[in-house]
Amino acid sequence: MSAALEVIAPGLMTTVQDLGRFGYQRFGLSPAGAVDGFALQIANALVGNAPSEAALEMTLQGATLMIAAPAARLAFAGDFALSIDGRPAASYRSHLVHCGEILAVGRAKNGLRGYLAVAGGLALAAELGSRATHLRAGLGGIDGRELRTGDRLELCAATPPAGLEHALSAADIPQRRNLLRVVLGPQDDYFNAVAIADFFAARYTVTAAADRMGMRLAGPRIRHARGFDVISDAVVTGSIQVPGSGEPIVMLAERQTTGGYPKLATVIGADLHQAAQAPPGATLRFAPVDLAEAQRLRAAQLAWVAGLPQRLASADAARWSDPDRLLGLNLISGVADAASDP
Amino acid sequence: MAVYGAPRFLNAGEAALVVEIGDSIAAEISERVAMLESALGAAAIAGVGETVPTYRSLLVNYDPAVIDTEGLIVRLRALWPPTGSLAAPRHWIVPVAYGGSFGEDLDEFARRKAMMPEAVVERHLAGHYRVYMVGFMPGFTYLGGLDPELALTRRDVPRTLTPAGSISIGGIQTAISSIAAPSGWHLLGRTPVRAFDKRRDPPFLFNTGDLISFERIDAATWRELAEAAAAGEPVARPVPPS
Repeated sequence: MSAALEVIAPGLMTTVQDLGRFGYQRFGLSPAGAVDGFALQIANALVGNAPSEAALEMTLQGATLMIAAPAARLAFAGDFALSIDGRPAASYRSHLVHCGEILAVGRAKNGLRGYLAVAGGLALAAELGSRATHLRAGLGGIDGRELRTGDRLELCAATPPAGLEHALSAADIPQRRNLLRVVLGPQDDYFNAVAIADFFAARYTVTAAADRMGMRLAGPRIRHARGFDVISDAVVTGSIQVPGSGEPIVMLAERQTTGGYPKLATVIGADLHQAAQAPPGATLRFAPVDLAEAQRLRAAQLAWVAGLPQRLASADAARWSDPDRLLGLNLISGVADAASDP
Repeated sequence: MAVYGAPRFLNAGEAALVVEIGDSIAAEISERVAMLESALGAAAIAGVGETVPTYRSLLVNYDPAVIDTEGLIVRLRALWPPTGSLAAPRHWIVPVAYGGSFGEDLDEFARRKAMMPEAVVERHLAGHYRVYMVGFMPGFTYLGGLDPELALTRRDVPRTLTPAGSISIGGIQTAISSIAAPSGWHLLGRTPVRAFDKRRDPPFLFNTGDLISFERIDAATWRELAEAAAAGEPVARPVPPS
C-alpha cells in the first residue's frame, strides 16, 4: 500500500513549503518557503525530520486531510484548533495516526499560519533545488499552486519510524507578539528624524492585503523627506517599504526581489516569525534595535532551533512518567495566549 | 551621473548589506556593479551568500555568525574600485511583434510622443540594449539604452494584467516581461521568447550584463516561434562573439 495524505478540504490557502529556494534572486525569483520558517522547523523537529523538510503551510483556516497510509506520524506547529477523527488533538506535539483517520485543522486561534509536518517528509520532486511553492512563478509543491480538494500528497515513509511521541514544552511554545524589532535602513535617509520617531510611536493595523508576498499596513502616514522614488534595488525578506501613500508594506517570503520605494527599515530575522503570524486586523508596533543586537538575537534563535531535537529527546522520559504534564501543557498555553495581546 | 568615489554600505537587516556605488541608472554604473560582483565572487569570502546585482548597487547576503559586518565592509572596501575585465557579454536577438494586439499602447504612445507609430517601432528596433537588472518578478528583464526620444512616464492607471513577453516602456527604460502581471508601462509589442520557463534548461534566459537587440517579426512568425518556445526552445538567438 502506498502512503499518502488525501486532501478532503484544502482550507483557505495551503501550500507545500520548505525553508526556501536560494540562488535565483538575481533572476527575479524570491526564495519563497515558509513565511514562518521558525514554526516549520519546530514542526519538523517534532516528527524527527531535518529542519528544511517540506511541510504544509496553512493559513487562517486549516485543511482537512485523510490518512491514506498504514500509519503516519504528524505534528502541527501553530495555534490552530486540531482534531483527529473528531477528537481534539494538541498542537506542538507529534501524533501517530492510522489509515482512514481524518486530521482536521480548524481556524487559527491566535496567529495566522501553521505547519503540518509528516515524519519522513513529502515525496515531491524539488524544482530548482527546493520543494517550496512559489505561487507567482508556478514552482514547487504541487504544480506550483495551493492545494485543492482531491490532491494526494505521497509520503516518503510508508510507515513512521518507531519511537516515542515528542511534545514541545509549554515554555518553548512560541507566543505571539505585536512588536516587531527592526534594524534601520537601507534607505532611512529618505526620512527625517521626526518621521522615523513617528513610525516607532505609531500603531499599525494589518490590512486584508496580506499574503505570502507581504503585508500592507494601515496607520499614520510616514512622510518622506526627499520623495518616494528610489532607483529600484534589492529587497530582502523583512524589508519595510514606504510607498507614496506613506503606509508601510512588510515584505515576506514570496516577495518581489527588487523594489523602487524607500525601505525605511528591515524586520530582524529573529522576528520574521512574528510578522508571519500577524493576522489581518492585528495592531503592530515597531522598535529599533542596533545591528549587534539583531545579530545576537539571530544567533540565539538559530541555536534554539538547532538544540530542539536534543531537548525533545531528553524531555521524553520526564513527560511519559508524568501524564498530568500533558494536560498542564494546554492549560499553560491557554493562559499565555490571553496575556499576549497588548 | 556618477560612480561614487567610494561605495556606501547600507544595512538591509542584520544579514545583508547593500553596496551602493552610484547615483543613477547608467551603463557605466551597471558595469561597475557587475565587476564588483565578479571580484567578490573571486575573493571567495567565507560567510558571503547569495548576491543580487541591481542598477547601482549590489546586495550581499552574509552569515553574521561567520563574518561580522565590519569585517565584511573591510573586505568589500579592499575590492574597490574593482579591476579586471568582465567576460564578453552574451548578445541576444529577441524577436518582437509590434503594435495591434501585440502592443496595444503603440498608437497611443506614438500620439503622446507626436510621432508616427512606425517611427516609434524603428527607433525601438535601432537601440542597443544592455540588461541592467533582472528583478521584481521571475525573469523580468530591465533594459538600459532606450533612445531618450522614446522616454515616457508610465500610465496613470496601471493595467491589472499584462501578457507574458510584453515589450514595454516605462520612463527611460524598456523591458521584457516574463510572466503575466500587473504593469503601468506602455505596451509596444510582444515577444514569443520566454525569459523564464521552469521546464527549460536554463530556466532563466537573460542575465545582468547581457546585450539585447530586437528584431521585428510578423504575427505568423510570432505564432510559429511561440510554439517553438512552448516546446522549450529559447527562440532568442545568441549572436556569436565577433
